[in-house]
Amino acid sequence: MKAVCWMGTEKMSVETVPDPRILNPRDAIVRITSTCICGSDLHLYDGYIPTMEQGDIMGHEFMGEVMEVGSGVDQGKLRVGDHVVVPFTIACGNCFFCQNQLWSCCDNTNPNAWIAEKMMGYSPSGLFGYTHMMGGYAGGQAQYARVPCADVGPLKIPGGLPDEKVVFLSDIFPTGYMAAENCNIQQGDTVAIWGCGPVAQFAIRSAFMLGAERVIAIDRVPERLQMARDGGAETINFEEVDSVLDVLKDMTGNRGPDSCMDAVGMEASGHSLFYATDRAKQALRIKMDRAEVLRQCIRACRKGGTVSIPGVYAGFVDNVPIGGGMNKALTFKTGQTHMMRYMRPLLERIERGEIDPSFVISHRVPLDRAPEMYRVFRDKEDRCIKVVLDPWADGARAA
Amino acid sequence: MSSESEMRRNARDGGTQAQVLQRWGMLLGGGALTVYALTRRKPGIALAAAGGLLAYRGATMGTGKFRARASFAINCPPETAYRMWRMLENLPIFMRHLESVRERGDGKSEWTAIGPLNTRIRWNAEITEDRENEFLAWRSTQNSDFQTWGSVEFRRAPGNRGTIVTAEMEYVPPGGVLGKAAAAIFGKDPEFTMREDVRRFKALIEMHEIPTTEGQPHGPRSAIISTVHQIYPEHRKPSEYYAGERMAAQRRAS
Repeated sequence: MKAVCWMGTEKMSVETVPDPRILNPRDAIVRITSTCICGSDLHLYDGYIPTMEQGDIMGHEFMGEVMEVGSGVDQGKLRVGDHVVVPFTIACGNCFFCQNQLWSCCDNTNPNAWIAEKMMGYSPSGLFGYTHMMGGYAGGQAQYARVPCADVGPLKIPGGLPDEKVVFLSDIFPTGYMAAENCNIQQGDTVAIWGCGPVAQFAIRSAFMLGAERVIAIDRVPERLQMARDGGAETINFEEVDSVLDVLKDMTGNRGPDSCMDAVGMEASGHSLFYATDRAKQALRIKMDRAEVLRQCIRACRKGGTVSIPGVYAGFVDNVPIGGGMNKALTFKTGQTHMMRYMRPLLERIERGEIDPSFVISHRVPLDRAPEMYRVFRDKEDRCIKVVLDPWADGARAA
Repeated sequence: MSSESEMRRNARDGGTQAQVLQRWGMLLGGGALTVYALTRRKPGIALAAAGGLLAYRGATMGTGKFRARASFAINCPPETAYRMWRMLENLPIFMRHLESVRERGDGKSEWTAIGPLNTRIRWNAEITEDRENEFLAWRSTQNSDFQTWGSVEFRRAPGNRGTIVTAEMEYVPPGGVLGKAAAAIFGKDPEFTMREDVRRFKALIEMHEIPTTEGQPHGPRSAIISTVHQIYPEHRKPSEYYAGERMAAQRRAS
């Protein structure tokens, strides 16, 4: 089959590799019909997260048709021929964490848990196509994928719903929704969201669903800011103002947003002195993460407010104003998305026509063009917001 | 001072001066290698792992006895975990160095471990303490060439949140070739081996199979990664898959 492989920093290539096969009784094999490039894949593209190996298959946002199931998969839950969206987190369903709905913290699905334990103390769940530290599972930017614990994760999609409306249930829609839920929104709240990428776009719409009266979105890319306004947000272009914090103060009458969301993560941009030292340290490889947005979130948030962090961080940050966090009585909420909590309810919202997630798509291209699209997406060229790949399209013809 | 008592003292104190130097060298060198590997622009998992192993070896070497302990909370009642472990023939499913355990009745059993170059080490063991659903201890019998002790405790976790399973093992390798083989199996990194064994035991109970990525597709690997995989081959045993199948069959039957 064809698969997008990580061959080194800023080196992606489409390779012909063996088809996946069942390796455990609870596995299924899925023929992928749609797969996407996620903003978090760019951290791997840019080489900022350790424990990738040359040849690793990328991708964690995919859906398709079940071709084969192992002997341990409950036929009542999943059968050959089912159309499914596959969540990016892999969960066993039976451990303490799964049973407490903390699906992304599953205790058993990371075969390399010891590596994650060295860095984080304890290991979160295995993920598709996202470093060996997080399980080393082959990803879904390919024609087929092996899905472990297939009786827990994959969500069956009823006939008649096109891929483009449901494929984002694999990650970014639930991730945006959980990020908004983590804002602890009370009726009438003001929520500030840093970043207007695809997760933030869903977070904006989810914040309104959860009762926010006002959402303020911050970015510098014009088409992304426009998309945020289309979703009902007010926007701040951080390139055009002296201080985002001053603008937020002014907009909220010196109170501050009730909650602040870091939908950017470890590759933040900014103008502060701390940003400059972050970049320098990253360049020297003495730390992994740039935390400019997290710093702003903490300073901007109103007293007693909530900071929600859906943006990906891999390791360590410094110069975080935790003193402000403590003295202003802030609450911090974060985590990889507990996918199985949100997939079904959000599918129902899509079925009821409350939201059509396909609004976020800017590019639909054949899988063969993935390597080029990584760069276009990273550099935000060609008004790129979200790339959906077709693993079966003829590259030359469709391009 | 006789050489034997000196050896004992060295074992107790952590080794001779040369051993101490070697140990610290490994610790510092390995640690530095790990940090370097994790922070460079093309992060190297293999390099990091090699560094980690080196540092770990440095931290654990220097005694004549290998000792390990691992503790995991498992989401099941103590009875379930006890029953799985008490059937000693299950142990090779999750303890990768074991080829087989045969129970002969009245608490006696025959154990076979796989060593480097397919060598086999065999010993006899007897159960020395067996408190149902609470505790199990065993040791090699007097006439075995290989001295080993093991125990496992099953304790109900606070708030009925499953069972805390704590396993401990100790080995004294014999002399000669057999001793070298035993050291290669158990001594490489006893604490790590033990932790991964008990982790697999937990997965078997909670997930009903043992997670793996061995055998999945990938693109071309670099020369370095390929070499590392040659030197440290992964070795998932077929019995790990079949254990999952058996548990699936049991689920279907019940």
